[in-house]
Amino acid sequence: MPNSGKPEFGCGERERAECSAGAVIVGAGSLHYPATHTGQSKTMTTTTADRGLRLFGRELKPEGVYALVGLATVWQIASLFVPDYLFPSVPQIATRFVEIFSSWQSAYNAVATGARILAGLAGAFVFGALLAIVMARSERVERYCYPLLNFNQGIPALSWVVISIIWFRGTEFRIFFIMVMTTLPAFAFQLLDSYRSMSKDLFEMTLAFRPSRYDLFRTMIWPTVLPGIFTAWKVNLGNASRVVVVAELVGATGGVGYQLLQQQQVFDMAGAIAWTIVLVVFVLAVQGVISAVEGRALRYRAAAERTL
Amino acid sequence: MTEGPAIVFDRVSKSFTRPDGEPFEAVRNLSFSIARGELVAILGKTGCGKSTTFNLIAGLLRPSQGRVLVDGHDPFVEFDWFRGKVGIVFQNDRLMPWRSALENVALGLELNKVARDERLAIAAAWLGRLGLAGHEHDFPHALSGGMRQRVSIARAFAGKPDILLCDEPFSALDEHTGNALRDEFRELLRETGATGIFITHSIEEALRLGGRLIVFERPARIAYEAHSLAGLSDAEREAVRAGIRQVLAADAAA
Repeated sequence: MPNSGKPEFGCGERERAECSAGAVIVGAGSLHYPATHTGQSKTMTTTTADRGLRLFGRELKPEGVYALVGLATVWQIASLFVPDYLFPSVPQIATRFVEIFSSWQSAYNAVATGARILAGLAGAFVFGALLAIVMARSERVERYCYPLLNFNQGIPALSWVVISIIWFRGTEFRIFFIMVMTTLPAFAFQLLDSYRSMSKDLFEMTLAFRPSRYDLFRTMIWPTVLPGIFTAWKVNLGNASRVVVVAELVGATGGVGYQLLQQQQVFDMAGAIAWTIVLVVFVLAVQGVISAVEGRALRYRAAAERTL
Repeated sequence: MTEGPAIVFDRVSKSFTRPDGEPFEAVRNLSFSIARGELVAILGKTGCGKSTTFNLIAGLLRPSQGRVLVDGHDPFVEFDWFRGKVGIVFQNDRLMPWRSALENVALGLELNKVARDERLAIAAAWLGRLGLAGHEHDFPHALSGGMRQRVSIARAFAGKPDILLCDEPFSALDEHTGNALRDEFRELLRETGATGIFITHSIEEALRLGGRLIVFERPARIAYEAHSLAGLSDAEREAVRAGIRQVLAADAAA
């Protein structure tokens, strides 16, 4: 390694260990690295390449597949000893699942539920974000709103179903209202907490550059709250899928919840499970999309190679 | 740039309220001025108000009494006027973890509406100059402490600021790296002609910078001052060193 005789710039004990990947000292004592050397090679991420299938940017771990296959096997064995109306066989459930998507009229129910979930979450996110912004800007507003949101948290989804049926006429608006009322607090709380957890040091550093309000939001606030937004969406997605089924069960003439009610009335267990799986697959698919976007947006995060 | 001194403190006091409700005076009736292009090291014990003074100059705090003027303007009130005029290197690197080294260096230029290609070229040049060529696209977590601090120095210089504020920027680094960065920093200041304020609690660091030196006692007021440290003989430097130690010891005893 050639040495100019000047101090080895930035290569103390710690750095020497970290700079082991071909650092060369050139010129006026500065450390230069071969062009091929990038930080990617030094990031502490676990290498998982070539380990398994990937879906929506996430690795499908074989253990998960084994667990699902195991569950299906146990179910199938149980179906051999229990009547069909209690434990239908796996092929029966699979047939009903395929039937759901064999006609538009039937598939429409799945699409409708998916659209209701996404619309409800989008509405709750917008209202929750507005509420969080107002609370973040005004302590007085927060003092009024926080207890109301806490109070709302205690109201069961079924109560909102009853209230919305009494208050509103249109089915879609009823479901939208229920979705917003049940998932809004989580969005508001999560966004507010994300904003509050913003690093004071980074905030002051950014302010020292005298940004405009828009630039401050774009460069500092948005990246800070983004992880919280992803978390809120992932948590609320599961909640929303449960709430929408209850809402459809009671107050709709279409959708997965309505179809579950139909299956219960004709005592079709295979149909009930098939419709449930439809909802689970939808939730997992959306979770996968969110995780893929999250993985891309938060790729700067370091992950420890070692876990406890 | 207007005429007159770069920085003026005119009988400035700054008080805070402690969590128990008691007032705490960090700066008391402080007056000094710094000429353009001057490099001033502000020295003092921990808790003597150095960082408060720093934040007053940076416009992050408003004085309780008196007046702070930077380039003839109030840094707290005239927020937008200072865009692109002041560069800051903090004690810790304060890099945005979601931005690459290149994007971190380009931050000030971006906020100052410099075109994307131009600002990235300037940022890459500064990274190269500070020995970080090849690390432009690394995120901060992939860099060592010394490398991150160099990124933050590059960020401060990239916008060609008229005034550069540094709050113990090398205190967390090992001596070897700190000395190398300090020399580089002084050279950069000389080249750019920027006014430099350097907060430190190290006598040797203040002497090594070679400009003017101000020693604070608690609450922040000037207890000792020395000029043109670079031109001093060894004996004179030792006398300065002894003078500073005497002031700091008296402050500790008070």
